[in-house]
Amino acid sequence: MTVFILRRVLQAILVLFITSLVVFLGVYAIGDPLEILLPADASMAERAQVAASLHLDDPLPLQYLNFITSALQGDFGRSFVYNRPALDVIFERLPATLELVTTSLILSLILGIPLGLIAGVKPGSVTDESIMTGSILGFSLPNFWQGMMLIMIFAVWLGWLPSTGRGETGYILGIRTSYATWDGFIHLLLPATNLALAQIALVIRLTRTGVQETMPLDFVKYARARGISERRILFVHVLKTILIPIVTVLGIEFGSLIAFAVVTETIFAWPGVGKLIIDSINMLDRPIVVAYILVIVAMFIVINLVVDVLYSLLDPRIRSRAS
Amino acid sequence: MSDHLLEVRGLRTWFETPKGTVKAVDGVDLTLERGEILGLVGESGSGKSITGFSLLGLVDPPGRVVEGDIRFLGEDLRSASPRRLRDLRGNRIAMIFQDPMMTLNPVLRIGTQMIETVRAHAKVSKAEARAMARDALGQVGIPHPDERIDAYPHEFSGGMRQRVAIAIALLHKPDLIIADEPTTALDVTIQSQILSEVQTLTREMGMGLIWISHDLGVVGQLANKVAVMYAGRIVERGTVDEVLDAPRHPYTRGLIDSLPMENDRGQPLRQIPGNAPPPLGRPEGCPFRPRCARATEACLTEPAETEVQGRGWRCFHPLDERAMV
Repeated sequence: MTVFILRRVLQAILVLFITSLVVFLGVYAIGDPLEILLPADASMAERAQVAASLHLDDPLPLQYLNFITSALQGDFGRSFVYNRPALDVIFERLPATLELVTTSLILSLILGIPLGLIAGVKPGSVTDESIMTGSILGFSLPNFWQGMMLIMIFAVWLGWLPSTGRGETGYILGIRTSYATWDGFIHLLLPATNLALAQIALVIRLTRTGVQETMPLDFVKYARARGISERRILFVHVLKTILIPIVTVLGIEFGSLIAFAVVTETIFAWPGVGKLIIDSINMLDRPIVVAYILVIVAMFIVINLVVDVLYSLLDPRIRSRAS
Repeated sequence: MSDHLLEVRGLRTWFETPKGTVKAVDGVDLTLERGEILGLVGESGSGKSITGFSLLGLVDPPGRVVEGDIRFLGEDLRSASPRRLRDLRGNRIAMIFQDPMMTLNPVLRIGTQMIETVRAHAKVSKAEARAMARDALGQVGIPHPDERIDAYPHEFSGGMRQRVAIAIALLHKPDLIIADEPTTALDVTIQSQILSEVQTLTREMGMGLIWISHDLGVVGQLANKVAVMYAGRIVERGTVDEVLDAPRHPYTRGLIDSLPMENDRGQPLRQIPGNAPPPLGRPEGCPFRPRCARATEACLTEPAETEVQGRGWRCFHPLDERAMV
């Protein structure tokens, strides 16, 4: 197990290094931040001075070398726009996004798994057909349109829920979160639902397929032959078996949810990293973009590791092979 | 009707498929008493496993028991409620499957699966259930049951897994055990160990046992009574001695002749010519007719069972009782 984790860490460092190079070059190629940072009528002297202060006049390899050496010391440069350390700006916004993403993942599990189980147990029934039709809608309607419809229905027509912003936050166990206050919680509902809709549809389909593949297996028949209740067969025997693919997919989805959060955060004016990165790309704020992508890549690596560990918890056969 | 342990009359289990009706079990009669071991013998596809599943109402759709009478200690199981059937399963009637690698849930500990079986039928605490499970493991000869109870199925060898399955079947001291090819996946030494243990347990506990197998040799070693199945019907039945020493049906004769130990060394093994008929498109009349050397015009109609003193066969041209070679 230790060797396994060590190998993973080495791989991770390599991946982070390559990503930083690609992103650094990419953002460099998009355009010159000076065009945006300086007023149109700035003199050549002013240009040179700003370029020097941001080290933008160095040759590209030197700029990258400077970046990577300070990055190794935990310094990802200062944002051109905010004039604050890039990591600070990102980590200030990240909790809001993580909160949004986690909430929608939880929503997709607590709604998706039961619905998928119900659909899978009686394939072809009216309940199954209705759930599956609903999941097709969840999949195929564009995310931004779903978001606007949610605002229309719950904020405009019914007036039940607020449609923009994060609302009041409080602290639980030292973490700043919307769950601490009622106002924060109701602000979280619409964006989290919006982000969760496609995930719920996905979890429903995964669960349903899993149930249908597992029910004909011999161990289900054997459990019946032992007089085990259908309830226990479904919620213990079948569910534990199908959790493995669900965990895999949700692990991968966690990353793409953070990416998708860009759309949702824009619609609901949610102050998370998704909105930050869109703004930063527009402003060619290179330190923020590079640091953001490295943070996301690091997060993917950690998620994958967690998924692998969860696997071995769920499937004892993997555990004994690894040890 | 007097109360036999198990009495089955005219059981028919059919599968409705788009291509037609598969008559997997087509008129099976069985009787079993306490302490008896019945060997249900047949080739793959003869309907012997489906017969076992039908008794417990465990046939998966599109299969359905369409006809027949199943009585367990006088109780009609075909009209029993799902709830009642669930109470009986694993409790009064236990089942052992062919491959315990496939039948024990790989992601749950042996103990978990045993405890749930105990608690499905008895109101006992988890600790009591665990103690019962541990004792059952010890009873079937699993070393260190206290530790092994927390192992997962893949941590057992094939023979040990089958012992676990037997231990699970014995948890509630059932009246009847249906064992579907339980030793087929095991090697010969383990197989004979398990056979002799099962025999002892059946006798000691006064259970009835239906041993479903394709292996006439094993059945001859173990059972008191034999029923030979072919194409969904029982073509011959009687005590082990009667059927194995003096088979009346040409199919039974063919099965016995193809046992390796019945053949001369160095000679090619004798086999029954042809194949078992496909489930759809069974021949008219006697289903064994196309493979039978004794078939005549008469065999174009289906033979009824001839019964003589508890011994039965379905053949127009039965072999002579003393016609052993």
